[in-house]
Amino acid sequence: MTTLLEQFEGIVGPENIDQLRQLAKLLEGKRVLHVNSTKAGGGVAEILHRIVPLMRELGIDAQWETITGDDDFFQCTKLMHNTLQGKRMDITTALLRHYEIINRENFTMLRSSLEDADIVFIHDPQPAAMISSLPSRRGKWIWRCHIDVGHPYRPVWTFLRKYVQAYDASVWSLSEFAQRLPHPMYLMTPSIDPLSDKNCELPREELEKTYERWGLDPFRPIITQISRFDRFKDPLGVIYAYRLVKEFVPIQLVLAGGGATDDPEGQEVYSEVMESAGDDPDIHILMLPPDDNLTINALQRVSDIVLQKSLREGFGLTVSEAMWKAKPVIGGDTGGIRLQVINYHTGFLVNTPEGAALRLRYLLKHRETLKAMGDKAREFVRENFLITRNLREYLTLMVAIAYGANDRIELL
Amino acid sequence: MSEPFVIRDCALIAIATGQSAQTLMGLRDKLEIVPESSIYYHFWGGLLRSRFDDPEYQNDFAMWTRHAIHDKTLAERLALVNPTDYPDLEVLRRELVDLIEERMDESEVLPWIKALQSFHFIRSQIVIFDTKRVAATPEELGEHVPHLSLGSIFYHFIDARRRTHLGRDDFTQWLSGFGDEHYLLTERISHIDPYFITLMELREELIHAFRQNAPETEAL
Repeated sequence: MTTLLEQFEGIVGPENIDQLRQLAKLLEGKRVLHVNSTKAGGGVAEILHRIVPLMRELGIDAQWETITGDDDFFQCTKLMHNTLQGKRMDITTALLRHYEIINRENFTMLRSSLEDADIVFIHDPQPAAMISSLPSRRGKWIWRCHIDVGHPYRPVWTFLRKYVQAYDASVWSLSEFAQRLPHPMYLMTPSIDPLSDKNCELPREELEKTYERWGLDPFRPIITQISRFDRFKDPLGVIYAYRLVKEFVPIQLVLAGGGATDDPEGQEVYSEVMESAGDDPDIHILMLPPDDNLTINALQRVSDIVLQKSLREGFGLTVSEAMWKAKPVIGGDTGGIRLQVINYHTGFLVNTPEGAALRLRYLLKHRETLKAMGDKAREFVRENFLITRNLREYLTLMVAIAYGANDRIELL
Repeated sequence: MSEPFVIRDCALIAIATGQSAQTLMGLRDKLEIVPESSIYYHFWGGLLRSRFDDPEYQNDFAMWTRHAIHDKTLAERLALVNPTDYPDLEVLRRELVDLIEERMDESEVLPWIKALQSFHFIRSQIVIFDTKRVAATPEELGEHVPHLSLGSIFYHFIDARRRTHLGRDDFTQWLSGFGDEHYLLTERISHIDPYFITLMELREELIHAFRQNAPETEAL
């Protein structure tokens, strides 16, 4: 049976895997514990489902635990999530106290694992306050912040800061997302897993079924945007850009997004999008379940060009997902999209629907350029945004933290 | 007989310093206080990031001045700063501060223009790997060069300048152990300016230098 590392070796090459082994050798037998709030759904769980088994294959005693909480707790952490990302809204003292109580209860439940671990990774704000229950700890604690805290609502950040400043290090997705803390603040861009349902290779029959299932014409160009129905993703701008191109090229547009049933604004945007699409048979608005990863994978693969025309974006990993499928991406000139879409190489950065329409027409007219850009995009992701790069950074950070290394870590 | 040349590889991991600037004056102020490793990162770190062609400006300070402050004059002056011309990072830091101050003196508004995107100061840690490959002779080393990873090129050519006596690259440092035997090769390599080229181009120049050396060694 092929091991995970062997499968990845086929994708990123033996040198990269050898680097992982060298780093892991220094961490052999170390107990590493990841803690987050869910095993299913969301980018963090997706990454941990792969990173933890990979660490174990490398000889590290890696474990993954999740915390539990009631409705009030998750209401509080949802508010925290939104306010840390800039929404101005107060959280009641009662809710914050409840957050602390639930953290203490979870600490009690996970106590022995947390005390025994050499390195503890606490993911996001939900379990962040557990650290205060263990003031004299043996292991090193690292807070991994997956969200954009670049412009937080201050009272909420001040509350959380008193916990996260006690960590030995923190990890952020972009320097723009970070707040100043009195410990090393590592930067790791997010990554995609090429073996997951969302990104794995699909058989031709699967793609043929996709045309049939969604009523798409395989002989006419397809452009796609995969995103939640959210104003910041500018779905109406995408429809406008489509119409500007449609006058010249008989394209089809797919706008596919995850369910937004618990999000009133999402419903509102969805209705606006439906209204704007009208009865155009070439606009396909698909409301997909959040875990329908194989469908998203197939839709990206049958597309000629993928759009991510966001007006504001955190990192926007859907860009790398599309690029991994050798599709050029036309993306909004914002946030982490700028790191993935390299103008004229892996796609185009645009600021308006008109800009998107111009680039769409250009690429549909210059098919060889479209193909070359797509190929380049895939290689760019292979070098920069695959989970193995993320794992190397995690291992490096663990070596640095465990061995107290400064600017140089020599594995010789 | 020299010790064998041990081929190593490396990777950088980025660390936020927590310092950022939104104006030229802010950039100047923060440049005075950030760690040396941050200045190093913003000059050399770009080499290990993927890029497709020659960037318009070689260092992050010049790039930010051009694209966020929109001042071509200072961007051009900063872009011309070649870090290999300076004996250490403190002197380089001084030069950057001087250039920014000089430019601020030329315009009343420039120091206050607010950039669309802040400049975030980053530093890095370097991780060094053993490739388990060694070369006992310059000829053997020449055979390895076309297969060196970009991380290896960075380690032996760029990082070496911080490690070796007189700030040399590892290749010329090692070759000097052979006395005058490989004088021409040593000279050719020492004349390669790593700053305005990519690591791939740097590898090509090294391959070229070693190939030119081949007849010379055969003659010996």
